[in-house]
Amino acid sequence: MNKPLSHLERLEAESIHILREVAATFQRPVMLYSVGKDSSVMLHLAMKAFYPAKPPFPFLHVDTTWKFREMIEFRDRMARERGFDLDVHINQDGVEQGINPFDHGSNTHTHIMKTVALRQALDAGRYDAAFGGARRDEEKSRAKERIFSFRNSSHAWDPKGQRPEMWKIYNTRVGQGESIRVFPLSNWTELDIWQYILAEEIPIVPLYFAKKRPVVERDGMLIMVDDDRMKLQPGEKIEEKMVRFRTLGCYPLTGAIESEADDLPGIVREMLIARTSERQGRLIDRDEAGSMEKKKREGYF
Amino acid sequence: MRATAISEATTNDAAGDAAATVADYLAKQESKSFLRFLTCGSVDDGKSTLIGRLLYDTKLIFEDQLAALERDSRKHGTTGEDIDFALLVDGLEAEREQGITIDVAYRFFATDKRKFIVADTPGHEQYTRNMATGASTADLAIVLIDARQGILTQTRRHSFIASLLGIRHIVLAVNKIDLVDFSQERFEAIRRDYEIFAASLGFRSITAIPLSARYGDNVTQPSANMPWYDGPSLLGLLETVNVDDDLAGKPFRFPVQFVSRPHLNFRGFQGQVASGRVAVGDTVAVAKSGVTTRIKRIVTMAPDGTDLDLDQARDGQSVTFVLADEVDCSRGDMLVDPQAAPVIADRFDARLVWFAERALVAGRQYILRTETDQTAAAIAVLQNRIDISKLEEVKADTLALNDVGTVTIAAQRPIAFDPYRANRATGAFILIDRISNQTVAAGMITAQASGSAGQHRLFDVTQKDRAAIKHQKPAILWFTGLSGAGKSTIANTLERRLHGLGLHTYVLDGANTRQGLNRGLGFDAASRREEVQRIAHVAKLMADAGLVVMASFISPLREERQIARDIAGDNAFLEIFVDADLEDCMQRDPKGFYKLALEGELKHFTGVNEPYEAPDSADVHLRVKGRTPEELAAEIEAALKAKGLL
Repeated sequence: MNKPLSHLERLEAESIHILREVAATFQRPVMLYSVGKDSSVMLHLAMKAFYPAKPPFPFLHVDTTWKFREMIEFRDRMARERGFDLDVHINQDGVEQGINPFDHGSNTHTHIMKTVALRQALDAGRYDAAFGGARRDEEKSRAKERIFSFRNSSHAWDPKGQRPEMWKIYNTRVGQGESIRVFPLSNWTELDIWQYILAEEIPIVPLYFAKKRPVVERDGMLIMVDDDRMKLQPGEKIEEKMVRFRTLGCYPLTGAIESEADDLPGIVREMLIARTSERQGRLIDRDEAGSMEKKKREGYF
Repeated sequence: MRATAISEATTNDAAGDAAATVADYLAKQESKSFLRFLTCGSVDDGKSTLIGRLLYDTKLIFEDQLAALERDSRKHGTTGEDIDFALLVDGLEAEREQGITIDVAYRFFATDKRKFIVADTPGHEQYTRNMATGASTADLAIVLIDARQGILTQTRRHSFIASLLGIRHIVLAVNKIDLVDFSQERFEAIRRDYEIFAASLGFRSITAIPLSARYGDNVTQPSANMPWYDGPSLLGLLETVNVDDDLAGKPFRFPVQFVSRPHLNFRGFQGQVASGRVAVGDTVAVAKSGVTTRIKRIVTMAPDGTDLDLDQARDGQSVTFVLADEVDCSRGDMLVDPQAAPVIADRFDARLVWFAERALVAGRQYILRTETDQTAAAIAVLQNRIDISKLEEVKADTLALNDVGTVTIAAQRPIAFDPYRANRATGAFILIDRISNQTVAAGMITAQASGSAGQHRLFDVTQKDRAAIKHQKPAILWFTGLSGAGKSTIANTLERRLHGLGLHTYVLDGANTRQGLNRGLGFDAASRREEVQRIAHVAKLMADAGLVVMASFISPLREERQIARDIAGDNAFLEIFVDADLEDCMQRDPKGFYKLALEGELKHFTGVNEPYEAPDSADVHLRVKGRTPEELAAEIEAALKAKGLL
C-alpha cells in the first residue's frame, strides 16, 4: 500500500471520478456507446464506478445503418449480458432520402447519418449530459477540449470560449436546452486503452483481431466488403487478406490494415512499432486539416 | 519511448515470444513514474515550439502527422523553409491562422523513465484563465523566456499564478539562446533577475536552462554550442525532478461524491480519496457533524463483475466505503480523520483569480463550488488586489478580468476545508455566476476568517511597515543538520555579520527555547514534531515583527521541515542544510551526546538510533568540511543577496 498508484490505476480512478460527478449532478445523463474499443473501456469503467449498482443512466448508439455487422451483433450481446438500457437511434429522414457513403460521399453521409442523427437523439431524450469516448491524443482539436465540454442549445462547441476547468472542480451547470459533453477518457492514450483491455480482460469486437476477410483496395485504403450494398468499380476485385481494424466506424469509410495480430499481445506489439496514427484509417478526418474541429463545432463528438 | 519499443519488440522477436516481450514491456510501462507539467510565459517565447520539439525528439510524431505538419508549415508556418513545430500543438484553426495559442492543449509523451502530461498554455494576457486551467493540475511549470527580451510582465504574471496555484517547481527555460550567440553572460543575467523576482513566491526549486527550442539545443540532448553550461538538458531534468507532495502522509480526506443505494441492504459512499489513507476498521468522522463511525468495507469491482474488497485505500483511489453505522452523510460532506479534522466555517479568506469579463461585485451572490460541495456565497470583503508587476498588495474596489486579489467569502452555510497550502484538493473552490453559469473565479482558501463583517485586519501597523522602519526584508532561515554539525555556531557568526550591517535579527535554538517555551518536551518523535511546530510559529511571529529569524534545530525529517515551511506561510523561508560527516560530528561531540547515545543512555538520538533525512533541494547547501564558520556565513549572506533579501 505504500507504493503510489500505477499509471493505469491513476487513469481508472480519474475516469471513475468523472463518471460519478456526472451521475451526481445532471438530471438526464446518457452514455454514447459506439461499440468500439474506447466505448468498451468506457462501459467497463461505468460498471466499476457504480458497482454494485448498475450505471444510473441509459446508453445510446447512433446507428448509421452502415456499421459492420459484427459491431451490431456485439452491441446487442453486450447490452444483454451487462444488462444496460440501450437506445438505438437511426436518422429516418436520412434513410428515406437514401443517404449512403458511396453516392453522397463521406462528408454528407457522416453529417446526416451521424452528426444530425446524434442531435436528433439528444434532443429527443432531453439529455443534459452525454459521455463520449474521445481521447486527447487522437487529434489536435481534441487535445484542446475540456473534460466537461459545454454545448449551446444547438449542440455547437465554441473552441474560443471554453469554460475554465480548474482542478477536479467541474462546472456542471447548464441552462435550458444546453448540455455538456463529458469525456472520461480524455487523458488516456491509445496504448493505455489496449493495456487496460488486456489487464481487465474487457471484451471487444472481433474485427480488431486479424483474420482473413474480403477486401477491396479503393483510394489507397483496404475496404472490407461487409454486405452486398458495396458495388465494385471497374478494375476493382475482392481479395481475401489477413486484415484487422485499428478503429471502427462505417465499413465503407474504415480502412483495414494488413496484419497477422490475432490476439491482444500481438495488437499491442504492432501498435508499438506503428508509424502512422490510428485516425489515418478514417476517411472522414482526411478531407482537410481542421476537419475534426469543424465537425465538432457542428455537434459531432 | 517508441524507438525503444521497436528495438525491444524486434530484437526479442527471434525468440518468437511476442506475448512475453509485450508483457515485459507493459510491466515496464506500469512501473514508470509520472509528471504533469505546463509550459507558460509570454507570447512568442516559443512554448508551443518547445512542446512540438519534445514530441518530435522523443519520436512521438507519426508519419501521417509529420506529413500533415510539413503541409501546414508551408501554408501557415512562421519559420520559412523549416518545420514549424508549434503547428503540432496549436490545434484550433484560429490558432494556426493567427500563429498564436488561444487555449490550453494537453499532450502525452513518455520516455524510458517517466510518463508525462504536458499542458501547453497561452501567453496572451486575455487568455490567462486558460493558463490557470493548465496550471491547476500541474506539479511543475516550465517558464519560457526569450533570451533577447528577458523577464516580461507575462513572465511575472504566470510565475505568480503558478505559485498561487501551488506549483512548487520551476524550470526557467531561457529560449532562443541561439539568437544571442549562446551568451553565458545573458543567460546568467536573466537567471539572476528571475531569482530575485521569484524569491518571495515560495518555489522549492528553480532550475535555469539555456536552450533553443527551434534547433533543439539542450532540449533532449546537451548542446555543443554551449560548452559553458554543465547542467541537465530539459528532458533530463523532467525525467528526474522530484515533485512528490506526499499526499499519502497528509490527514485522510474523502469528499463524498455519490451515495449508492441499489437495495435496502447496501449503502455505499462513493468518491476519490483526496489525501491520506484509511483501512477497514479505522474510525472516521463525518466532517460537518463530527459524528464518528468505522469503515466496514472498501468495495470495488473485479474485472469479472464481482465483489473485490480492499483492506485499505489511499490518496488518488476511487472507491466505495460501507460504514459500520447509519450516519447522516451525503454529497458535499467529507469523511475525515477524526484526529486531524478540517475546518468547518462559513466565513473564510481566500485568494481569487478573476476570470470573467464582468468585474467582481462585492456583496453579490455567486454559487461556490468545492470538489463536491455547493452553496450560495458572497464576497463580503475585497481586502486587496495584487499588483503583479511589483507583487504588492494594493487597495481595490473591484477585480477585473485576470486580476488576482484577497477576499473574505461569506457562504450561506458552512463548508469543510483545509488551507490550500496544506491540501490542493480540499482548499480550492470555483465561483459560478448564477445567471450566465459562467465560471467567474478560482479561489484558494488561506484561512478561516476572523472578526466581524468589514473588519479584515486587526492592527493598523503591518509587517511591511515594521520591516520598512528597519530598512530590511523579514525572513526565516531554518538551519537543519546533525547534532554537532555546527548549526548554532554558523547561525551565531551570521547573526554577528548581519547585526554589523544594521539588521534586526534573532536566533532560536534548543538552548534558549527548552528553558521556557519548550520546557518539558521530550526527544521522542511526537515531542520533536511539536517542538518544530512551536518554533515555526514563534519564527513566523518574529518575521511578522519584521525580523530576520534564524532557527537552529536538527529537524531530521523532511516532513517536519515541510510543516515549518507551511507554517511560515507567505514569509520568505530558506532551508539551510548544514552538511557535516557523521564521523566528524561524533568526534567533535561538543555536548557529549553522541557518547551517551552510543552507550545506550540516550534514546531517539539522530545519527545513532534515529535517521536523518537530508534535504533534496535545500535553499542553501553548506558543505562544512574544511571550512570556517566565517566562510559558511558568507555563503548564506550571498544567497540572501541573490534572493533579494539583503
